[in-house]
Amino acid sequence: MSIQERPILQIRNLSKSFGATRVLSGISLDIPRGSIVSLLGRSGSGKTTLLQLIAGLHDPDAGTLSIAGADMANVPAFERPVNMMFQSYALFPHLSVADNIVYGLKASRTPRAERERLLKWVLELVRLEGLGARRPDQLSGGQRQRVALARCLVLKPTVLLLDEPMAALDRGLRADVQKELTGIQRKVGTTFVLVTHDQDEAMAMSDYIAVMDQGDIVQFGTPREVYEFPRTRFVASFLGTINLFECGRVERFPSHCQVTTEDGLTITASCNADSSIEPGHAVGVRPEKISIARGPSASANNFAGVIERLSYCGNLSHATVRLAGGRAVEATVVNSDHTGADALAPGAAVYVAFPPEAAVALRT
Amino acid sequence: MKARSLTLVDRLTIAIPFAWLLAFLALPLVSVAGLSIHEIADSIPPIAPLFSHAHGHFAIHASLRAFALIGSDALYLSAFWNGFVNAALTAGGCILVGFPLAYAIARSPEKRRNLYVLLAVLPFWTSFLLRAYAWMGLIRDSGPINALLLALGVIHHPIAILYSPAAVLLVMVYSYLPFFVLPMYAVLEKLPLDLLAAASDLGARPAYVFRTVILPLSLPGIVSGAILVFVPAVGEYVIPELVGNSNTMMIGGILWEEFFQNRDWPLAAAIAIVTFGLLMAPALLLRRSMGRLVGAGL
Amino acid sequence: MNHPRQRPWQSVTLVLGFAFLYIPIAWIVFFSFCGDPPGGGGIHFSLRWYEALMANDELREAASRSLVLALLSSPIAAVLGGLAGIGLARLERFPGRSLMIALLAIPIFAPEILIGFAFLMLFASAEALTGWSQGKGMLTLVIAHATLGTPIVASVVFARVMGRDRSLEDAARDLGARPLRVLVTVTVPLAAPGILSGWLLALTLSFDDVVTSSFLAGPENTTLPMAIFSGLRVGLDPQINAVGTLMVVGVAAIAAVFHMALRVGVWTRRVRGSFPGGGA
Repeated sequence: MSIQERPILQIRNLSKSFGATRVLSGISLDIPRGSIVSLLGRSGSGKTTLLQLIAGLHDPDAGTLSIAGADMANVPAFERPVNMMFQSYALFPHLSVADNIVYGLKASRTPRAERERLLKWVLELVRLEGLGARRPDQLSGGQRQRVALARCLVLKPTVLLLDEPMAALDRGLRADVQKELTGIQRKVGTTFVLVTHDQDEAMAMSDYIAVMDQGDIVQFGTPREVYEFPRTRFVASFLGTINLFECGRVERFPSHCQVTTEDGLTITASCNADSSIEPGHAVGVRPEKISIARGPSASANNFAGVIERLSYCGNLSHATVRLAGGRAVEATVVNSDHTGADALAPGAAVYVAFPPEAAVALRT
Repeated sequence: MKARSLTLVDRLTIAIPFAWLLAFLALPLVSVAGLSIHEIADSIPPIAPLFSHAHGHFAIHASLRAFALIGSDALYLSAFWNGFVNAALTAGGCILVGFPLAYAIARSPEKRRNLYVLLAVLPFWTSFLLRAYAWMGLIRDSGPINALLLALGVIHHPIAILYSPAAVLLVMVYSYLPFFVLPMYAVLEKLPLDLLAAASDLGARPAYVFRTVILPLSLPGIVSGAILVFVPAVGEYVIPELVGNSNTMMIGGILWEEFFQNRDWPLAAAIAIVTFGLLMAPALLLRRSMGRLVGAGL
Repeated sequence: MNHPRQRPWQSVTLVLGFAFLYIPIAWIVFFSFCGDPPGGGGIHFSLRWYEALMANDELREAASRSLVLALLSSPIAAVLGGLAGIGLARLERFPGRSLMIALLAIPIFAPEILIGFAFLMLFASAEALTGWSQGKGMLTLVIAHATLGTPIVASVVFARVMGRDRSLEDAARDLGARPLRVLVTVTVPLAAPGILSGWLLALTLSFDDVVTSSFLAGPENTTLPMAIFSGLRVGLDPQINAVGTLMVVGVAAIAAVFHMALRVGVWTRRVRGSFPGGGA
């Protein structure tokens, strides 16, 4: 494996407890060089703790952590090639923007000329030129975030950690800031590891997502992999919404399976010899994979029902369809019909349909 | 806060304590000022009236004798000097001992912090006379400190700690410590931990973090805590009286002496006024920090 | 939020700091139970000094006088300080506000000897001018101690009321409550823990006061601290250890009850940061 391909950050069996609470249970993770990886999970999933362990703010109870091949055990925070952008930004209130940014350089006694050069470079990179003399309390939220980012980037860290980077920003700013961050990352090439609970943010920004729940990494993959092929019910419901069908009886055929649920629905799911669905597993179908029509379609999975509720959300409409057997199914349609002539309405009798490929097997 | 007109209840809430304070605090202080320019007399009270109206002749008997005496006599000058120096040393001692303690409490686990603060303040609630007395027992020639030093062979006969300026300083630092620790803790507690973590993350070693982040941000707290110790310490009477000697005669001591022994009330009053005036300067410096101190729940 | 590692020096500092604070107290307690005077030979357990203390009429009278004085003056301080603290916290400007704050600051900042002296001057002048003969007596002591205690209470109450949610009072007014009712039913209960702890502080301060009391009390009005003080200037008397221990135990008991009843936060005001809290 070439240097380029070896993961920049390797974590093996990392565990951490605080007092009686076990926060991380034997986590293993490889983070590719130059990528943006999100640690996605709810509060209490362990994601922030994992970030802090990478930064060196805490020591793990067990396991190893290597950065660029070097084991970080016993290496204190101030010696690691890692820098962290804090959720609160943690800008030093008594220092100017410029002094904040060069703090790390001064701490490592970088010569003045070099410091000035790096300062100029990074101010340009984050578009804060001319603001060097201001104090943090004279800046907007977005500007403060850029100072925090600049403060880290100027040290050219091997890995940059970001703790809920968008949390303190207004909603309206987030999309733009996300683009800006990813743009900066592409330019500089530093590996970004970010912690977030916002799945839209994770999917928009990351090359890879590690979904975390209760101290474990439940699934790791690209946004597409994790969204389209979730491995567990948790991952499926955490990212977006999904319709879950519990498997009662399973009949296997060469190219597909037929799953019968308790309420009598028969679903055709595509599966092959090694992906076996067992009773007790579930089949998941994303709402956007389900189409709604006035009449039955040629699709293998076709169910009649009535639209119980319809939320018009501008670009999309979310429909809750009550099927004949009593089950409710969520479907999302794109409102591509500008005039609304073909619009659906609550109470309408419709057919929902989805192809066998849209049914995903969820083992746990 | 929206501006609304003051209701009667609002006015009374302020007026009642204000009236009391004016009558029983402002008025006495004014009368002390007045007293300082009275002439002494051989009567009870031992002061001559300011105005006399004898034989249709109206006269004012005011005199600046007291102030002149303070400004010229070495006894008073050295007492003032001692008072201020001692107070400054006490403040310094409180910073040296109190800052690490306040810092350690501020950085301890949240659930223990309140307990620690309570523990730090509890001695303040017990009689300070008793605690001074305890130190007297500890530092006297036959006391345990001397015994320990003798046993360790550091000294060969007991050193006279008691009844010396060193004893005064020790007991004063001890007694005034809570005055410093409490506001210092209040300031340190508000120091965002994030800043320290960030500094560390950026490559700063602990000593560098202390010098460049903790110290600058705690400086206002240190200054106001120090002034909070300094100002009352200047006029301290009891402690030098108990554990000091004739060399440690300070402002409190001469005021007491002039009043009770020499019965020179105007002089005592003048000493009080001069001290008060000299202390106004640091107190005025403190005005901005006062809000924070009051908020520290002293 | 998880806190970063606790360095060993912090524990050392805490131990040393508290040792420094508590060694004299431990000393007093220890020797109050010791039969022989400190340094005078062996150490054996004895209640001798407590017995002597019980038999010491002078000290007992002084003690009860101090107690009465404290119990009379501290409620006054509590009321005055409570009103002042509430008033200052609610009203951000009124004529004379700076003066009031300055007056409240004086007993905290200025050396007590100045204030005690000033009190004496006031009462002596009153005596001289009006022939009022109570210049040195219980009444003047109560007034003086109440005045000394007021700023303490005001300070604690101010901190407490400043941190309150102002919309509570607005809600009360909106619901039709008149100013007095708002004060009594909303503001005072909010301030109550502050008033209570301020009152206790004023109580202990009064009980412990020696300088002002010396100026104002005559020989027939000696308070406990005055008796102890004059005793101390003469020499070291082990009975004082017994007095000290009783006081320490009493104060610790009050503080413990108080701490458990209130459970937190009158000593320090915690201001939550404005940044969103991060989960694990």
